[in-house]
Amino acid sequence: MRAQAKQRIAFTVLFIINLLVIVPVALLVIFIAVKGWRAVNWQFLFAFPSNGMRAGGIFPAIVGTFYLVAGSLVVTLPLGVLAAIYLYEYAGNSRLSRIINLAIINLAGVPSVVYGLFGLSLFVITLKMGVSIIAGALTLAIMNIPLVITASREALSSVPHSFREVSYSLGVSKWQTIRHAVLPYALPGILTGAILAVARAAGETAPILFTVAAFYLPQLPKSIFDQAMALPYHLYIISTQIPNISESIRYGTALVLVALVLSMNLFAVVIRSRFRKKKKW
Amino acid sequence: MRIKAIKEFFIEKLIFFCGITSIIFVILIFSFLLKEGLSFFKEYHLKDFLFGRHWYPISEPPKFGILPLVLGSLLVTLGAALISVPLGVACAFYIAEVASLRTRDFLKAGVEMLAAIPSVVLGFVGMVTLVPFIKGVFNLPTGLTALSGSIMLGFMAMPTIVSIAEDAITAVPKVYKEGALALGATHWQAMHRVILIAALPGIIAASMLGVGRVIGETMAVMMISGNAAVMPHTFMQPVRTMTATIAAEMGETVQPSGHYFALFAIGIVLFIITFLINFTADFFLHRIKR
Repeated sequence: MRAQAKQRIAFTVLFIINLLVIVPVALLVIFIAVKGWRAVNWQFLFAFPSNGMRAGGIFPAIVGTFYLVAGSLVVTLPLGVLAAIYLYEYAGNSRLSRIINLAIINLAGVPSVVYGLFGLSLFVITLKMGVSIIAGALTLAIMNIPLVITASREALSSVPHSFREVSYSLGVSKWQTIRHAVLPYALPGILTGAILAVARAAGETAPILFTVAAFYLPQLPKSIFDQAMALPYHLYIISTQIPNISESIRYGTALVLVALVLSMNLFAVVIRSRFRKKKKW
Repeated sequence: MRIKAIKEFFIEKLIFFCGITSIIFVILIFSFLLKEGLSFFKEYHLKDFLFGRHWYPISEPPKFGILPLVLGSLLVTLGAALISVPLGVACAFYIAEVASLRTRDFLKAGVEMLAAIPSVVLGFVGMVTLVPFIKGVFNLPTGLTALSGSIMLGFMAMPTIVSIAEDAITAVPKVYKEGALALGATHWQAMHRVILIAALPGIIAASMLGVGRVIGETMAVMMISGNAAVMPHTFMQPVRTMTATIAAEMGETVQPSGHYFALFAIGIVLFIITFLINFTADFFLHRIKR
């Protein structure tokens, strides 16, 4: 019976450790929501910062983040999906595909601030884009490629092989098969990956520090070659660089960022689970 | 018919090109880091860079010794690993083996939520909650310490460790567990004497990937660990990591200058460290598949 008692104790300890991890996450989100709730109103969302960020809203930061996210997605999504198609449908188990896999793993592990250095050196300086939305968006796009490839590949692998075989047996070419018999069924999975990539791009600060982010801009960016403000960078500067700023502005900004990122993640989870239920094969 | 074939030919070429972009990007990243970073070593000795004990980038003459920064990163990472590896593996075991289906979904959702929260937000919350707490509990002049950084980073490494370790535990063949149970072991004995051993390569890989994430973390660690580029002695003092140095100083450098190139040289060091960690972790993960 002693073994049984040990087991009961061990499982209790494991459970408590789980609470130790989960409870702070819940508390953190509730904390930001409660503290930031009062600061967030239409004016906060749609006004420019004023009085050296100590008053007004965060509109230009929201707009900047929107541009960055949209710009990076336009590049990552096609690139990542096609790369996944190559890896899953064409490459097989060749040496090249093993090298590509290693490259993906490595890309996923490169620290975000190193992506920032890379973007600075390649896009800002060498390609003479300057500190601009396009330089930042491209940097974020490269950072997100591993995420989109992995999600898309998983989506492709969930489509049964019989779909492809039936299509081939009707004399359809390989690309046409992928295009019409595979991709439509992989779409929800790919979409999930895309949304997660968007959420990640919206929240990252280090890659945009030297490639796009501006401390403060009096007007919205006019072209992709302008600098922009961005939500995570804005939160960073108002919480570290600006003294005597009212608490509520900081919590409000944090809340907007967290709400944006978490709602996108939730959206991705919903798509995934709805698709699983609808799946008929 | 021909047009279709030609179209297909070009599309397949395009797919192939996209397929190898990952390799191209890894090479590009490394070569651009090298391009900027290596100019630094024309004027500065590699030995003084790696083992110099002083980081005074704007004094005259400047000193670019990254030892305090490397040790700062290692100290924070060590602290984070001590927290996140045991807790993360414990969580993974509970989720994979003990929890009921509903609890499992709930716990996994919580861990995924943690992974989704941007690091700048965690840094901000750490600044307003954890930092004053550490300051009060240990009666320190400042709460911006290596310990605060370790706790926060340990927390941030959790999703990586939990999800990969959980995969490793679930991948252990059922017969191992059933064999142990049939011999009269309790579920707990089967877990820590049989499943733990069988899943060990995966658990090591999970821990390494968690550590890799911690070493590369930038914003949160910059906001809460104090940013003092001095040789660290204890967990209770402010430290400066390699990542935080790049993030904090790149905005103020003149391009090109010794300082600017030195920050890229730090980037090379970070790139190589994370590359080795990921490479080894992948090696362990492949051992399970076989």
